Amino acid sequence: MSNIPPELRYAKSHEWIRDEGDGTATVGITDHAQEKLGDLVFVELPEPGTQFTQGVECAVVESVKAASDIYSPVGGEVVAVNEELNDAPETVNDDPFGGGWIFKIKMSDSAQLAALLDADDYAQLLASEDH
Amino acid sequence: MGNKTALFEQHHAMGARIVPFGGWDMPLHYGSQIEEHHQVRRHVGMFDVSHMTVVDLHGQRVRDFLRHLLANDVARLKQPGKALYSCMLNPDGGVIDDLIVYYLRDDWYRMVVNAATTEKDLRWIGDHAEEYRVAVSPRRDLAMIAVQGPRARETAIPLLPEALRMQAEAIKPFSAVAGEHWFVGRTGYTGEDGFEIIMPVDQAPEFWRRLADASVAPCGLGARDTLRLEAGMNLYGSDMDEQTSPLEAGLSWTLAWDPPDREFIGRRALDEKRSDPANRRFVGLVLNGRGVLRDHQQLFLGDDLVGEITSGGYSPTLERSIALARVNPGVGEVCQVEIRGKRLDAMVVKPPFVRNGQVQITLP
Repeated sequence: MSNIPPELRYAKSHEWIRDEGDGTATVGITDHAQEKLGDLVFVELPEPGTQFTQGVECAVVESVKAASDIYSPVGGEVVAVNEELNDAPETVNDDPFGGGWIFKIKMSDSAQLAALLDADDYAQLLASEDH
Repeated sequence: MGNKTALFEQHHAMGARIVPFGGWDMPLHYGSQIEEHHQVRRHVGMFDVSHMTVVDLHGQRVRDFLRHLLANDVARLKQPGKALYSCMLNPDGGVIDDLIVYYLRDDWYRMVVNAATTEKDLRWIGDHAEEYRVAVSPRRDLAMIAVQGPRARETAIPLLPEALRMQAEAIKPFSAVAGEHWFVGRTGYTGEDGFEIIMPVDQAPEFWRRLADASVAPCGLGARDTLRLEAGMNLYGSDMDEQTSPLEAGLSWTLAWDPPDREFIGRRALDEKRSDPANRRFVGLVLNGRGVLRDHQQLFLGDDLVGEITSGGYSPTLERSIALARVNPGVGEVCQVEIRGKRLDAMVVKPPFVRNGQVQITLP
């Protein structure tokens, strides 16, 4: 069973997002997503300063198996990216909710975040995908 | 649901991620594909390759039959147990399958063919075998385990049936010994030393368990693919198929043109193209920058489309991305690969990339 921290919000496309309480939020991919992808070998990070609307492709993770798009769970401006993933993409496998974060975004509308799945909803989504 | 090998329960118990492959439910990895890859390059790993099909061919004229059926020449096999890699071609010179054939006796040869192509192979072989009165027997009663890596011999040999151990010690590369029920070939698909061991299905789980107890790492199809890619070995269905000539898939070395009067299927069609300067070249690529080369990505020189990647991926040994590709004549040492709309430089090299744990190419 994959790990689903209760304090995070989730997108149906398997990103997690954490409200940092200062108008920004941190985004990564879930434990379930990294496990499905297999060993990651490359992360294409967004450019800081880029504006994204909710749900658009904003980064790419490549595993030994395939390339997979990351969709921005909320709209806003990228304020930081996890440069350490350039040299150590496997951190996403090892610590998807911690050191494996991908970018931080300054949210244009924090109501978008509240409308995302909570941990229970996401657990249900995974359970339904398994069948 | 696909077919399950005799080892399916073991894979499940060892935590394998199971994926459909060629009609079979097979392990992709048991946790980390990259770790499994390194185990094979540095120590020893084992693969369940029971999805591949062992086909026995019996008959007084089986040698003549195979000299007609296969593009490589089984007359090159002088010693019982010797193996040959060959393409089986259609009359247009396209590749129906690639396979290993072992010479066991004058009236008995054994082939190992790919899983996904098994049914069409058996139809094709059966259609041609009749004329030579050769009996074609797919051996569904057998399982196959590949033990690969620099430590494969020292770990696998003591676990073989006692009657085969001495002979197994003496097997030369690309040769095999056949016991009463077991069969041990010093062959593989990784670029490392090792064995492919064929045994009755009911004995496979016990052998697998004893290998695991001897610290042989279970490895899935994922590592099998990156290992063969580094070793510059072709994958049927990606690097060549029925529409591809072996002349354009890096397989010219497997075409036995001598003696000139041996009429193998596909010979006439290929003979015309043999020295055609328009033939595309089959090359290796190394991505200089960051990113991953994938099947079907397109290759450019300036604005000109000059080729396509036939199989690409990440090389754990080189820690960068590599590929096999078909390119137009005239492509030199560098081309550009298009990845998600961007053009990145790729270095053109001669495969293999890695053999016996050693990098075979010069990296910038």
